[in-house]
Amino acid sequence: MNQPSLVQYGFLSLLIWGLNATTLWSQKNINSSFDLELGTDLSLFFSKGAYEQQKQVYPAFYLQPEYALDWKGGMHNINFKGFLRYDPNGNSRDHVDVRELYYQYVKNNWELSVGAKRIFWGKTESAHLVDVINQVDFLEGIDGEEKLGQPMVQLSYASTFGTFDLFYLPYSRSLQFGNAAGRPRTPIILSDEEVRFEASQEAWAPSASLRWSHFIGPMDIGLHYFYGNAREPLLDIQADGAFGLLHPEVHQVGLDYQVIVKDWILKLETMYRAGGFDNIFATATGFEYTFSNIKNSGIDVGLLGEYLYDSRRELAFTSLDNDVFAGARIVFNNAQSTEFLLGFFSDLSKSSKLLRLEGNQRIGENYKMEVTSQFFLHIDEREFLYAFREDSFLQLTLIRYF
Amino acid sequence: MKRMLIIFSALAFLLTSANTSSAQSNKGLEIAQAADQADQGFGSIVVELNMQLKNANGQTSSRKLVNKTLELTEDGDKSLIVFNSPKDVKGTSMLTYSHKEGSDDQWLFLPSIKRVKRISSNNKSGPFMGSEFAYEDLSSQEVEKYSYNFLQEDNINGDKAYVVERDPVDPKSGYKKQIVWYNADKGYRLEKIEYYDRKGALLKTLIYNDYNQYKGKHWRASEMVMTNHQSNKETTLSFSDYQFKVGYTDNDFSQNSLKRAGR
Repeated sequence: MNQPSLVQYGFLSLLIWGLNATTLWSQKNINSSFDLELGTDLSLFFSKGAYEQQKQVYPAFYLQPEYALDWKGGMHNINFKGFLRYDPNGNSRDHVDVRELYYQYVKNNWELSVGAKRIFWGKTESAHLVDVINQVDFLEGIDGEEKLGQPMVQLSYASTFGTFDLFYLPYSRSLQFGNAAGRPRTPIILSDEEVRFEASQEAWAPSASLRWSHFIGPMDIGLHYFYGNAREPLLDIQADGAFGLLHPEVHQVGLDYQVIVKDWILKLETMYRAGGFDNIFATATGFEYTFSNIKNSGIDVGLLGEYLYDSRRELAFTSLDNDVFAGARIVFNNAQSTEFLLGFFSDLSKSSKLLRLEGNQRIGENYKMEVTSQFFLHIDEREFLYAFREDSFLQLTLIRYF
Repeated sequence: MKRMLIIFSALAFLLTSANTSSAQSNKGLEIAQAADQADQGFGSIVVELNMQLKNANGQTSSRKLVNKTLELTEDGDKSLIVFNSPKDVKGTSMLTYSHKEGSDDQWLFLPSIKRVKRISSNNKSGPFMGSEFAYEDLSSQEVEKYSYNFLQEDNINGDKAYVVERDPVDPKSGYKKQIVWYNADKGYRLEKIEYYDRKGALLKTLIYNDYNQYKGKHWRASEMVMTNHQSNKETTLSFSDYQFKVGYTDNDFSQNSLKRAGR
């Protein structure tokens, strides 16, 4: 963790410089904003943990400050988003991350960004195979929705034949596993030193990526190429439950596609990753059908169906190797923005099943309540997910926005 | 002979009534075109909005947003809406490319996960941000999106008004018809719209208040009040700090600018 702290220190200095700059130039054409999100949550696990030291009740707090500064009509801007979590019952999820801290220069249809950013390309609901730039924030959830900040230089060019993005990524980050009191956790807690890299420069081996994205009528399409340290490690599971992680050096190509046909949205994500250890093919494809404004109530109900395949099979990091996903999204479109998402995963070649519920709603103007629940059912012992077989939970979150 | 006469007079009657109805529809279309013409040449606009929602019990909540519009003549306008409050949706932005024919293209940027999501503009009858405005009420009002029928002349605060029925062309619209009051003395600005649901019952009324004229030409209301007669809810849109001819180009309405807007 020495090197990221150094990077973080650098970002912090840049931020302080930015803050000073605001006060210095307050008379000129400068806009700035500061926002703070304060969350408190309670995670309840329904059964005893599979491992020693695990508990059943975990209260926690998080803090998410955001600062944005722009001048010359947005031609120059600096953006910061930090994250801090404190987990008083065992400190297993304690961590600090610089989600974003970058300077951006905008000229006509060109953009240059330098610093830490998060990049999202995915289209499907159940997996994000094409999101190769950022590492997953494993302490915020094993579903991979939350990502760690990634240091980069990004050049973006928008034209009538699509948007081109070029990324230079000088450093790659590893998964964080917390400590033995954590839940969900892996049977052994790997330290940063135990995670291996194929590249001799390890985490400092630079990566690069090129992406083209465009929309043509009702279609949105993206193609990418990536070379460097795969963010998602290869798994090596031993018989006694011990496992190893290795970040290979890979060439990856991928496609993300979506088309809207009346009330249907058809989605596809697919990638091929070639390297010295393994060649991987993975795909996720499916649909979302929306019944909108049902009986003039304003309520939308979307039905989701997706299929996921990963050529690694049992060794797929997500354990979604030959699975179907069925889900429903209920959006109330009311004053409190009430929303629910219910999802069910079923492995077609193994017994593993997952059930997940997410819901959230605003309370007043400055509060929000979230509920998340997940059930792990009949998890096959050959899958990585087996480590979390006892970790069915209910989590309640209350967020205050300042 | 008598029979022939009856047939002739029936035919004549049919022809005249067909004539009047096509004349009425022509006049309606001409008024809509004149209103569109009268507002042409605004180029680009940015305006701040406050949206106040009031439920049947009188409880209120509000949202703040910024709306940027780029005028296009060959196809529909482009617009970018950015939410500033409530804070949990701060930065959420919506980019719309409206089209004179066919569905609009629409993308939503979700700042919490940095995701740009294409959304279906099929869902036009649904409420915008929990308000009494449907998506289709706020989208670019291209002439081609309706068929017209002139009803009568009216008087609004001493000004001459044309009352026109317009029927949405898109079967996905939540309305059977709308009755629109155009102010003939003030550049055909809209004074009032009545919205009738698919069953033909009066659903909502929109009133435009406190008009100002910008650049000696463009009339813009400072307030729009939408009352839902069926749910007794009300939404008030207040506009402030109108800026015309801001000099936007297509670059300000790209996917990249959508991401920047919501940062």
